Amino acid sequence: MRYDSLLDAIGGTPLVGLPHLSPGPEARLWAKLEDRNPTGSVKDRAALWMVLAAEKDGLLRPGCTILEPTSGNTGISLAMIASLRGYKVVCVMPENTSAERTQLLQMYGASIVYSPAAGGSNEAVRVAKQMAAENPSWVMLYQYGNEANARAHYETTGPEILADLPEITHFVAGLGTTGTLMGTGRYLREHVPDVQIVAAEPRYGELVYGLRNMDEGFVPELYDDTVLSSRFSVSAADALRRTRELVSCEGIFAGISAGCVVHAGLALAHRAQEAGERADIVVLVADGGWKYLSTGAYSGTLAEAEARLEGELWA
Amino acid sequence: MAIEVRIPTILRTFTGGAKSVEGSGDTLDALIADLNSRHAGLRDRLVDDSGLRRFVNVYLNDEDVRFLGGLSAPVKDGDTVTVLPAVAGGMR
Repeated sequence: MRYDSLLDAIGGTPLVGLPHLSPGPEARLWAKLEDRNPTGSVKDRAALWMVLAAEKDGLLRPGCTILEPTSGNTGISLAMIASLRGYKVVCVMPENTSAERTQLLQMYGASIVYSPAAGGSNEAVRVAKQMAAENPSWVMLYQYGNEANARAHYETTGPEILADLPEITHFVAGLGTTGTLMGTGRYLREHVPDVQIVAAEPRYGELVYGLRNMDEGFVPELYDDTVLSSRFSVSAADALRRTRELVSCEGIFAGISAGCVVHAGLALAHRAQEAGERADIVVLVADGGWKYLSTGAYSGTLAEAEARLEGELWA
Repeated sequence: MAIEVRIPTILRTFTGGAKSVEGSGDTLDALIADLNSRHAGLRDRLVDDSGLRRFVNVYLNDEDVRFLGGLSAPVKDGDTVTVLPAVAGGMR
């Protein structure tokens, strides 16, 4: 496989069966390995499409500053792409995210503004929106509301999955900006009758939900729940357990959000088995485990790892 | 009949600080009404004229109730209901 430059190598990721974790020959899980992207996560797709759309719309010119509320993967993708296309990047990130993220962002030349841990990414979004208002020449691509985010998945992720697994019955991905599920979900629903589009959402510790009132909540502008068939809430304990099983049973070293999607995928697989139905379930593995090593998720007992993740934005 | 309902920090003023309370009912709507009879004002934080409030997420046995029938979702003895505010989450 040959590409003219790194940006052309975004996407085209492998779909890998999970024969040991799958409950049986008629209920199979398939992992789409998005760590096989240039900066190591699925976000390379969305970041590229948002930047290209902004260039096409005349919003971005060389030397511009891109501002984004991001806990890491999107910032890292944007930082890499920006460095190749001549832009600066400022990331707003909660202070309680893993150390590797800061290192990677700075390595690619991004600046970081930290928002308080309590209130998590809601606060980062709020701070970023305020900074965007104060710096009108900066461009906030705003992954939570930018249609190009979802479009990237409609145009690339969805078609890749369909080409590799036309018999797909379920697609499971993490729910964050909702771009992956909205774009891939819309594409698959257009092409596969009765396909189930399932969200796996991390359930954090109490600190992360520390809002002053319920009206301070946040729902990404991209989110359209009519695209989903169901949405699961997955605890850190279950996500960690499955992340470790991915390594020990399948040799796949993935980030902790992969544990979320595998946990939901396995629940769906067992349901299908009990109903006597075939299932071919694609679970989207968003990134590798490298950025989470310092969280202790892969060492010590599960209970110790779970305790360390309390209060953290672990996925 | 007992259904465990987990309450987020921000709503524990209605439950006297309790992290979880018990209730009964055949549907989520009935369960919420039952809780409201002992924890006055709780229902109003969860429900408005159009149903579940926008920034409130409710999970029945870890599944978002909006896909299980919303307020009409059937609930039964032994179920666990978790209430959480909608957040942007992390690691994006």
